[in-house]
Amino acid sequence: MTSTPSASKAFEYAPAPESRSVVDIAPSYGLFIDGEFVEAADGKVFKTVSPSTEEVLSEVAQASSEDVDRAVKAARKAFEKWSALPGAERAKYLFRIARIIQERSRELAVLETLDNGKPIKETRDADLPLVAAHFFYYAGWADKLDHAGYGADPKPLGVAGQVIPWNFPLLMLAWKIAPALATGNTVVLKPAETTPLSALFFADICRQAGLPKGVVNILPGYGDAGAALTAHPDVNKVAFTGSTAVGKAIARQVAGTDKKVTLELGGKGANIVFDDAPIDQAVEGIVTGIFFNQGQVCCAGSRLLVQESVQDEVLDALKRRLTTLRLGDPLDKNTDIGAINSAEQLARIKALTETGEAEGAERWSAPCELPSAGYWFAPTLFTNVTQAHTVARDEIFGPVLSVLTFRTPEEAVAKANNTQYGLSAGIWTEKGSRILAVADRLRAGVIWANTFNKFDPTSPFGGYKESGYGREGGRHGLEAYLDV
Amino acid sequence: MSEQRLSVFKTYKLYVGGKFPRSESGRVYEVSDSKNKWLANAPLSSRKDARDAVVAARKAQGGWAGKTAYLRGQILYRVAEMLEGRKDQFVREVAEAEGLSKSKAAAVVDAAIDRWVWYAGWTDKIAQIVGGGNPVAGPFFNLSSPEPTGVVTVVAPQKSSFLGLVSVIAPVIATGNTAVVIASEDSPLPALSLGEVLATSDLPGGVVNILSGRTAEITPSLAAHQDVNAIDLAGVEDDVLAKELEVAAADNLKRVVRPQAVDWSADPGTHRLTAFLETKTVWHPTGSLGASGSSY
Repeated sequence: MTSTPSASKAFEYAPAPESRSVVDIAPSYGLFIDGEFVEAADGKVFKTVSPSTEEVLSEVAQASSEDVDRAVKAARKAFEKWSALPGAERAKYLFRIARIIQERSRELAVLETLDNGKPIKETRDADLPLVAAHFFYYAGWADKLDHAGYGADPKPLGVAGQVIPWNFPLLMLAWKIAPALATGNTVVLKPAETTPLSALFFADICRQAGLPKGVVNILPGYGDAGAALTAHPDVNKVAFTGSTAVGKAIARQVAGTDKKVTLELGGKGANIVFDDAPIDQAVEGIVTGIFFNQGQVCCAGSRLLVQESVQDEVLDALKRRLTTLRLGDPLDKNTDIGAINSAEQLARIKALTETGEAEGAERWSAPCELPSAGYWFAPTLFTNVTQAHTVARDEIFGPVLSVLTFRTPEEAVAKANNTQYGLSAGIWTEKGSRILAVADRLRAGVIWANTFNKFDPTSPFGGYKESGYGREGGRHGLEAYLDV
Repeated sequence: MSEQRLSVFKTYKLYVGGKFPRSESGRVYEVSDSKNKWLANAPLSSRKDARDAVVAARKAQGGWAGKTAYLRGQILYRVAEMLEGRKDQFVREVAEAEGLSKSKAAAVVDAAIDRWVWYAGWTDKIAQIVGGGNPVAGPFFNLSSPEPTGVVTVVAPQKSSFLGLVSVIAPVIATGNTAVVIASEDSPLPALSLGEVLATSDLPGGVVNILSGRTAEITPSLAAHQDVNAIDLAGVEDDVLAKELEVAAADNLKRVVRPQAVDWSADPGTHRLTAFLETKTVWHPTGSLGASGSSY
């Protein structure tokens, strides 16, 4: 955002690019089935591009239903031995994976930034440490399942079909694969079509760790491959993170079967700022809540509910803060806002913000120059928003904040809960009793009080209402992969 | 004279919102015992009755969930107390409904009463079993607690008209949900009588609502109802209908318990308690409030 005169003076930084030489991206990748990289059965491939430059990074095999069938067969075959392995041995494989991820975390952070468009600051300091932590955490569970609260000797389900999104490609993989393997299941995972690379690098990590063939299978592909996977009759467990619309389709698809399903879907999190909130911290929390990962976060605090008496103060501080955010090259260590993940997602964000303006909400975007190549959207907020506005109801999945106001805690709770979703919420106030009373009444799976967007493998995450069912993380996350 | 006395039949009614209405449709259907002898006319509930029951259940949900777990436990125990006092009536009704000998029916009723007692003891323990603090890697207080998912539709088991019924209602309300219950289609009388017990057990009106009628007629609108949060398909014996209901439930992502073979006399475990719970995780900084450096 070098275009703002005052900001440019105070915040001029020399570029500090992270070297991409630590990553060796091959010109093409196959599907990872039964421990081997193989071509798609129909020979189809697709290109994955860097969202910040539109540079083609690699060509990747595109899975079809035939490939899904092959991978499920491999996983089924591997299940017999993998599930029979003593928990302590499974644990050691997961510990190995965690350690290799730590060793290769710089390489993976750069790769993720290239393929996803998010700032290196986030992949390096948030995504990768959490990915390793998830494998460490669930590794320790593998030989302690008797103590997890699901009775003695709980059994795995079998083959897990897992479909993950593009916003945290490697982190979502870790959330899915670590508990599945710890509990003795085998896995067929489909990464998103715009971000397949880190999952393919993970396949190599499985190879380095000596993981038995077929325990983890990776199938890059589109929605049709995902649908074929979740519909496959020999898949025992379906785990999906993504849109509510697709989540509902999966819930319909598995009806009448005995597949166990967990769904982590959309959100429209309310970030509630009371008049006694520590304003500086609240502003940082609002920024983290909606501009972390360009707002492409299901638990983003996309609705700011600010108490009327401090509205001007909060908005002035927030706008001032937004003008200091730096948007640009995601590999620059100073970058706060990276690229939107795809042209398609950018178009969706643009359409929804245009609807916001057309419906009478007032738009303000941080003044900044957008790079000429790639997919970019300036941090934006809408004021004069009512609960009926599209921008207050629909998940935008981009760096767009809707600002609403309230007068009393009751009104804040009512407005916060006035949504089909129930994934996250934030509360900012110095008054402890108010935090607890409001947290108690919010219908959301994760509530951050005087903080936002914090994650940890020991901590269950998941939604109420149409944000899906089941929990990932913690002891709760084991249930999804056990026959209990 | 005594053989001249005409016995007094009971008019069975629904139990909705703490009241005992007839079906708004004005319809009834014949209920017979296992030997096809007429027992009574039960209300033949309509889809409108089902919607009214959801309204009552929603209205009651916040208040019920807001009561202390200690009080909810006492109220569930009170149900057991009241049942114990009316045991003879239920033994007769269960014997007729399920074609059991008096002693076998008495054992079933005893088991059902004991099940209320068992669930009464769970209300203030489930949060300690499935919730707790999480040792996150950072300066945060982080607590996970279970909360009721909301309004639950319960399709009661068809064959086990009383023990099965109690086994699907008690876990739903023990955790703070409210219930719309569809009684066993052929054997609804023990369920309708249970309504009379619940009404005199300090259970707030609307926490449990009991409908009798045709499962296939009432359940589709409840499975599709946007203000129902979960559905227990225990008593849906028709696979095609069960699948249709599960598909309809996907529309607002209701939590679904699929039909499965259950031995209602066995230890129920906690599965039916946790199936209707959400987990809420609350984070708060301990000490440092972040980048600004401000602290406690």
